[in-house]
Formats: sequence, structure tokens, C-alpha cells
Amino acid sequence: MKAEPAVSHRSALPLAGAALVILLGFALVPLFAGTYQTQLLTYGLIAAIAALGFNLLLGYTGLLSFGHSAYFGMGAYIVAFLAEGYILIGLPVTAILSALFGYICVRHTRIFFGILTLALSQVLWSLAFKFFWVTGGSDGLRIPRPTLLGGLVDFTGPGAFVRFINVYYYYVLAVFAICVVVMWVIVHSPFGKALQAIRDNEVRARFLGLRIRRFRWIAFLISGTFTGLAGILWAPLNGLATPDVLYWTFSGEIVFTALLGGFRNFTGPILGGIVFTYLKTYAVATTEYWQLLLGVVLVLLVLVLPTGIVGALTSLATRFKAREKS
Amino acid sequence: MILLKTVNLRKQFGETKACDGLDFIVSKGEFLSLVGSNGAGKTTLVNLISAHLQPDSGQILFEDRDITFMSVTDRIKAGIARSFQIVNLFDGLSVFDNVALSIFAREGKTVKIAALADHDQDVRDESFDVLGQFGLTSKSAVPAGGLAQGERKLLDVAVAYALRPKLLFLDEPTSGVSTREKTQIMDTVSSVVRAGTVTAVVIEHDMDVVFRYSDRIVMMHEGRFLADGTPEEIKANTEVANILLGAPLTA
Repeated sequence: MKAEPAVSHRSALPLAGAALVILLGFALVPLFAGTYQTQLLTYGLIAAIAALGFNLLLGYTGLLSFGHSAYFGMGAYIVAFLAEGYILIGLPVTAILSALFGYICVRHTRIFFGILTLALSQVLWSLAFKFFWVTGGSDGLRIPRPTLLGGLVDFTGPGAFVRFINVYYYYVLAVFAICVVVMWVIVHSPFGKALQAIRDNEVRARFLGLRIRRFRWIAFLISGTFTGLAGILWAPLNGLATPDVLYWTFSGEIVFTALLGGFRNFTGPILGGIVFTYLKTYAVATTEYWQLLLGVVLVLLVLVLPTGIVGALTSLATRFKAREKS
Repeated sequence: MILLKTVNLRKQFGETKACDGLDFIVSKGEFLSLVGSNGAGKTTLVNLISAHLQPDSGQILFEDRDITFMSVTDRIKAGIARSFQIVNLFDGLSVFDNVALSIFAREGKTVKIAALADHDQDVRDESFDVLGQFGLTSKSAVPAGGLAQGERKLLDVAVAYALRPKLLFLDEPTSGVSTREKTQIMDTVSSVVRAGTVTAVVIEHDMDVVFRYSDRIVMMHEGRFLADGTPEEIKANTEVANILLGAPLTA
């Protein structure tokens, strides 16, 4: 007997359609916006990828990492060290680093987990800071403009910068789209459901026979690798890798990003990454007290919109629907 | 046929002997109730057998295999599952996902990272089957955190049942719900368990419930077994009746 469920297969078709429309919208941006705006949005997409990875741990596994700068920074430095043609070579390196640090960190949860992630990222930062003959110290390393797609696309000659920004925007957009799809599948897979179960109730999850630590470790590995990928993409755009992106305040920015968009929603960190990039850029441009401005935003966020932008919009929409019904 | 057997099982918390050398036997197919006042050691016994706690000494045999030092994961694989006195659910996940996850875990499918959970037709069918048996089909899309207490108790049992255990421990499946709901829950649970030929050990305080549903009743007091028998035998035992009514021991 097959009792037909009250909720039938929720079709992913409308969702995919909406995503495609948004992607098309993004693809049109460089045609209308100037080079500067395109560049800024590229930074936004990169921040979104970093936050997307970060949120697999915070939103779906229930672990707050305060050291994701390590993977982002590692990605950036790896590009500075080896990449000319293939920046994505850095990906396995960030994956290995995430696996290594993750293995240590997932032995604990809650504040102890957070402190461990923080401590390990600070180790990396101090290495980058002190070993200046390798890393350039606080001056950092210059990153030449890379060629893309294995040397098929290069950027020399007149107008190279503008061309680079436009092409690189599409490159990042493509990677971003892939990341979103991959992450969406992960959080909706049986593995992703298990992560959420562990987040909600560790004891019960153990009594389903799940090996908790292993799940957390793999989540950490994926999370760090995504954030590392963001660092890899960021490096050529920025043209310089400095210890700033390894420092703990940068980890804080990633946390901020997820909070801003809303870590309880899949789209929250994506929106958060883009909004934060604009917020910070314009705050810096407007006032030399930009950190104060961001601080005020953060306090307001936690007090007024604890579920972030997307969370607030969702509950607004739900309330609106409920009112329409009654 | 003996399904589970403990030999001289001991567990002590400070001065308190929660399990004082227990030889506990569960036969295949029975519906057994563990009764006794608070602190008698019932939950500790279940915790020891389900690997929530490690015993100080003694042995636990399941289907003639020594499982005393087996991990939780391996005991669940062997066929021992449990529900919890204080409801333990995945509150952020839907009712459907709570049960489905149990099935994914049982089938070893939680390693699947590149497939959508909702597209596994076998698991979907079985999940709705289980939800139907527990009368929770209409709630399948609701987050578990949004259920009423009685439904939460049922879902807690359903999640454990979906592991298809041979031996199922239910720690106070009817605590904290109204009398009317108690009967409802126990009717559902006992019929599902009997239909699925699962052996069940239930910790329960309500003696009406215990007498009505059990094949056998084991009574505990201060870490020891005080009585063991069919509901009729237990009713006839005056010493036990006194304790159940709260009178002090005069031995």
C-alpha cells in the first residue's frame, strides 16, 4: 500500500527557473554597469562563495568557525606562489589544509571548536607575517594577472585591465553558479540531512548510528575548500596577497557576512556576501570611521534582525501570506 | 528464545548503586515493562544496554554475542534501538525527514552527498509507511519542533522503530501527556511493535498502562529486581503492590 503523501515531490523546476533568471540578470550586468561596478560585483560574488562554504558549518552543522580566514588566505597565497596559468591548482592545497585543520577542530564543539579554529588560523597568519623572505611579510606578494582556462585567454596589450575585469567577472560568475548548485545538492542530500540532524540533536543522531565526528570533519573539509576557492578567485582580482586575509578580523568578516544575510537560509550567505562587499566599500569611501559604521550595523543586525536579511524577508512573506488567507 | 541477557551488571554513581548486579533476560517477541519508583535504576539499565553508559562490571549478551564494549553504532547495527524519556528529535527538520533520516542511517545511505534525499523513492515510500503506522502522515511536512507533545512522543518512537531493530527500548513513551493520549499512544505503539515482530522493553510509571499492554513485568527497586512475572502474578504479589502504592519496605 502506498499512502499518497500530503506533501508530494516538491518539484525543483520552479526553483531552477528562478535561479536561471537571476543568473541571466547577473550575466547582463557588465553590459550596463561600468568597469568599477563590475569589479565590485566580482568581489561580491567571491565573498558569497566564501560565506556559502562557511555556512555549511554554521548553518547546517551548527559549528561556528572563527578561523575561515585560514582557508581564504591559503587560497590567495597559493595563487601568489604558483599560479600563472592555472589558478585552480590551489584548490587541492586548500582542501588538504581544511582536512588537516578540520581533523583537529572537530574533536570539540561550541566555544572550544571556535577557539581552535581561531588559534590555527592565527598560526598561519603569524607564519605569513614572520617568514617574509617567502611571503613578503606585511608587504605581501604581488600576483600577476593570470591567464584563464589554461592559457586560452590572456590579458596583455592596451585595454588589458578593462578586458580582464569583464572576462574575469564571467569566470567568477561561472564558478559561483557551479558552487551554488553543488552546495545546494550537498545540503539536500542524505549527507546534508544528517548534518542538520547532528546540528539539531547530537545525542539522537548518535543513536541512529551516525558517526558524528566523521560527518563534522567532512563538512569542515567541504566548507574550508569552498572558502579556499573564494580566496583563489580573489587573489588575481586584488593583485596582492597580504597577511590581512589570514588575520582573525577577516574571519570575523566572514561570520558577519553570514549573519548579515541570514545563516538559517541557503540564500542568506550569498546575499550577505554581496551586500557586505558594497556596505564595506561604501563605508570606507564615506568615512574614515568605517569600522564604527560596520560595528553599528552588526549590533543592529543582532538586535533587530537576528535571522538576517533573508530570514526577515522570509518571515515577512509568511506573515503576508497568512494575512491573505484569513 | 533468549534475545538479550545481562550477567551481573553493575553501575554505581557515587554511593548510589543504580544497577546492583543485574541478571536481566529478555525473550524474543515479548512486550516487557520495567517498573519501579524514580531512581530504581530502570533508565540506567536501558542506558547500559544501549551504550549510552558504560557498566562498571558485568556482561551484556545480545543474541549470544558479547556486546558489553561495542560502540553505539555497532549496537544499532546489531539491532538495538531506543527512544528517549525527554523527547529527542531533530526539531529543525520536518517530521518526514526525521523518519527518513533514520532509514538513511540504517541503510548506510547517509554517505550519499551527490544525490537529493527527496529523490530516493524507496526511502520515501518506507518513511510514509512508518508515518502512516504512527498516524503522523498529515504532519509530514511540519518541522518536528512544531508538533504537539503527544505527537512528539509518537515521532520519537517512530524514529527508533524506523531503524527496524530487533530490540526496542522505549523510555516512558507516555510521560507528560494526558490520560486520553496515553491510551492512544500505547495502542499505536503496541500494535506497531507487535505487527513488526519487534521485541519491546518499555519503562513506564502508569500501572494501568503497564497491566494492560505487557506480556511480562519486571519490577526494580534500588538497583535490584524485586519481582518478575505476568501482569496477573504481579497483581497477586502483595509486597510488590505495597511498593507500587508507595508504602515503605518492611523487610
